[in-house]
Amino acid sequence: MSEKKFSKKHEWVSLDGDVATVGITKHATEMLGDIVFVEVPDAGKAVEKEGQAAVVESTKAASDVYSPISGEITEGNKAIADDPGSVNSDPEGASWFFKLKIKDKGEYDSLMSKDEYDKFCKENPS
Amino acid sequence: MEVQKTALYNYHKNLGAKFVPFAGYEMPIQYKDGIVKEHISTRTHAGFFDVSHMGQFFLEGDETLIESLEKIIPADLKNLKINHSKYSFLLNIEGGIIDDLIITRTEKGFCIILNAACKENDIKQISQFLKKNHKHLLNNDLSLIALQGPKSVEILEKLIPGVAKLKFMTGSNFEYEGEKLYVTRSGYTGEDGFEISISNTKVEKLIDYLISNEVKPIGLGARDTLRLEAGLCLYGHDLNEKINPVEANLKWAIAKKRKEVGGFNGWEKIKNLLANGSEKIRVGIKPDGKVIARENTKIFSSDNNEIGFVTSGTFGPSVNAPVAMGYVKSEFSEIGTSIQLEVRGKKYGGKISGLPFYKKSYVK
Repeated sequence: MSEKKFSKKHEWVSLDGDVATVGITKHATEMLGDIVFVEVPDAGKAVEKEGQAAVVESTKAASDVYSPISGEITEGNKAIADDPGSVNSDPEGASWFFKLKIKDKGEYDSLMSKDEYDKFCKENPS
Repeated sequence: MEVQKTALYNYHKNLGAKFVPFAGYEMPIQYKDGIVKEHISTRTHAGFFDVSHMGQFFLEGDETLIESLEKIIPADLKNLKINHSKYSFLLNIEGGIIDDLIITRTEKGFCIILNAACKENDIKQISQFLKKNHKHLLNNDLSLIALQGPKSVEILEKLIPGVAKLKFMTGSNFEYEGEKLYVTRSGYTGEDGFEISISNTKVEKLIDYLISNEVKPIGLGARDTLRLEAGLCLYGHDLNEKINPVEANLKWAIAKKRKEVGGFNGWEKIKNLLANGSEKIRVGIKPDGKVIARENTKIFSSDNNEIGFVTSGTFGPSVNAPVAMGYVKSEFSEIGTSIQLEVRGKKYGGKISGLPFYKKSYVK
């Protein structure tokens, strides 16, 4: 598994061959608060870079989750749809959102490193 | 208009509050624990809410004050005993709800608790009916603290002996730190609890005491999930000037005598609706799965006809499921009726539910 890369919309991506795993960052869960609903995409769905791919809702509001990378969904994580609260406890581990077969590794390479993302969050507090 | 702050603003800040603008005030939406934990600790222990943004409107006058107020409020004020409170409304001439409120009879007149976003207009509306010898004051020197949850009575009784004797929807004057304060047994969470009207200069001391008794601060976020589980309306969402008490399923709040005799704004229309029913009515809604049907979600019948809309919807932490309220055509209002909720373009199943979603008994 490759190192994690990060998007400005607070998703993370890791890469295993040409299959990417996408989730939302710990920082994102802290901004959202208690997560109470998750909708993940079905296998076979095509997603574009920065296109809407999943939904996450906290007690406060609903938010879209975007795919930081284009490709075809191979799996949505049904476990988090059944237990949305688990996203708060392990957002960057077991509570990933979906996996997809990517088309262009360049899209992955262009995302932020962990250090760059941390700096981005500090400079863009919400 | 400049954003207003309650007397506890800095106190909230030190407690780690996240603020949002609400009705012209900077108010805490949540604290460090977050909405779900705040909700649960209110239901299992006790929580305090700074609701000082709400209007505390005092009226004084002779018997003609009652006549004046009864023109716009459909409660039986003539027979309301001193220190007793009623949930009621201000009505416009169409019978629409200008605001919902709690009115308490005081020794000299009445105290009305008004919603923050409505209070300026409310006072204008009430003033139309007042006479020269009726005095009125929106008292901004007072804070209002709600203490809610099963441990509230035990905790407050230690500080202010006598409050345990109050029955639900009654109040009394007490002494605290050499000053008078007014406590009612009431609230907006479905839990036993109190609302404490206290001077801005003493309120921090009261909160110090509550915190030392492990009472958690609760923000507007959990206030909303608590009240929705309890089936209580939020003005501006579940109620507005175009909705009347019959449609709002709140006809119980119009005094029996007033229903018969009338003499208040919109009575003709309301009398007709009481006899014949309304076209639409407020109901509880339970989505079948985990999907949250938020405000403005369209409601469809099982055969795909649009029949209404959601006015409040969230996840209910104590119910451990999504809960909502909304308006549907009356023929679809029976409990258990299957409906569909359109969320993000997809239809999800749901059912009309009784209210409240969560019930505890008040001390009567």
